Amino acid sequence: MEKTIKKKILIIDDDIDYLFQMKTHVEKFGFDVTTMNSQKEGEEYIKKAKPDLVIVDLMMENMDSGFVLCYKIKKKYPDVPVIIATAVTSEIGLEFGINTAEDRQWIKADSYLEKGIRPDQLHREINKLLKI
Amino acid sequence: MENLKILVVDDEPGIRTGISRSLKNFSVGFPFMDDDFQYDIIEAGSGEEALILIDQHHPDIILLDNKLPGIEGLDVLEQIKNKEIDTMVMMITSYASLDLAVKATSNGAYNFIPKPFTPQELRGAIEYITKQLFLKRMTKKMNKAGKEVRFMFLSVLSHELKSPINTVEGYLKMMKDRELGENLVDYDTMINRSLERIKGMRNLIMDLLDLTKIESGKKLREFKQLDLNEIISIAIDSMEPYAIQRNVKVKFKPSHDVTFYADADEMEIIFNNLISNAIKYNKENGEVYVYLEKTKTDIIIRVEDTGIGMAQEDVGKLFHDFVRIKNIKTQNITGSGLGLSIVKKLVDAYDGKIVVTSEPDKGSKFIITIPLDI
Repeated sequence: MEKTIKKKILIIDDDIDYLFQMKTHVEKFGFDVTTMNSQKEGEEYIKKAKPDLVIVDLMMENMDSGFVLCYKIKKKYPDVPVIIATAVTSEIGLEFGINTAEDRQWIKADSYLEKGIRPDQLHREINKLLKI
Repeated sequence: MENLKILVVDDEPGIRTGISRSLKNFSVGFPFMDDDFQYDIIEAGSGEEALILIDQHHPDIILLDNKLPGIEGLDVLEQIKNKEIDTMVMMITSYASLDLAVKATSNGAYNFIPKPFTPQELRGAIEYITKQLFLKRMTKKMNKAGKEVRFMFLSVLSHELKSPINTVEGYLKMMKDRELGENLVDYDTMINRSLERIKGMRNLIMDLLDLTKIESGKKLREFKQLDLNEIISIAIDSMEPYAIQRNVKVKFKPSHDVTFYADADEMEIIFNNLISNAIKYNKENGEVYVYLEKTKTDIIIRVEDTGIGMAQEDVGKLFHDFVRIKNIKTQNITGSGLGLSIVKKLVDAYDGKIVVTSEPDKGSKFIITIPLDI
């Protein structure tokens, strides 16, 4: 019987409660989950391992931690989808869409999600990016 | 530093040359600046020519004579005003024409200089207008920077408040969906984490209120002679439950009378924050030492701990808003990140200084020096 290898999802965020909740949900979707607690830890991890998909928080020890990490991941593994998750949205006029060609040029993330979306929405997004 | 551009608009070539010569090697400086301002002169013989040159060269200062062959100076002034550019106009007026001077300045000219003027008078006027220009541009820059700082503060604040709200909601939803089964006991961790995060939110809001009051200057300051030894003792007593919980001992021995004329609330905030940090960022069975000293000139407060310490590069960011040092040792420590920023603002208000030294795994020392005469 063929054993299906679970896809590996890396989640990087400085909020340990968020990491716990995400790990619980995403593991239930049937993935292998690794969590990292800071931009620095995330950078160290991707030096040694290649995940199948990454979910990264925008603001960690730096205001642009998410963008920096996204850039580094894409540089090393161009085919690995990256989702930028954030609690900061259009309420204060900050909207990072990747809908225009201009935005896509420098942001390089595959998707942008607002934290607090329903687990089934997240599941659909992950499957879409992994082409499952 | 790039030269400032002066456009001279006068129909008499002799006057234009004279002005050019007077300002060619002229320089204006502020005592705090390394480089002085120098000038490049552009000339125009008519109002029409001037308007073309303004669009081409964007002069910083315009010397404008009213008597011109085509459109007169005041009309040029009107058109310059409509362009809404960053330039300062000095009107050249004829002697005994106060009327013109008034008209010019009420129409946007910054200043006027009556003919005939000596080179010294010209240079004096240019010096004055240059300094005004510099100050105007600096103020604009600082206001812009101020807005940027406030915007960043709000973004980070929004993030800091939304994160605990999201996680508490997340935990509640997991409980609602019985994600860990039917036994309530299995949800203890989630429930405790939620309560922790809510406590964090409450602390953040309280710190924000302190910060806002201090920054707006609206906090009513009540100065009186305070016994600092007593204030420290009260602060330490109020933290005893927390210190016991973290298994940390706080030691303070009042050595001599230390009275200080200050606001009691502000002193409490400073001591509370420093002592609570020293307890928070400490080790099991760790210690905190508080020293208070009064010299002829200053009050010296030292709070030392045997805690986890921090790297030199982290010390630099310590007093910024919302900065909390995040590493594997501080993972389970909560805080708003505003405590030290508030302490710094208060110490600044008393003309004091804070010095921090720290060594990872050994501990940190916070030394505050406040002068006795404000």
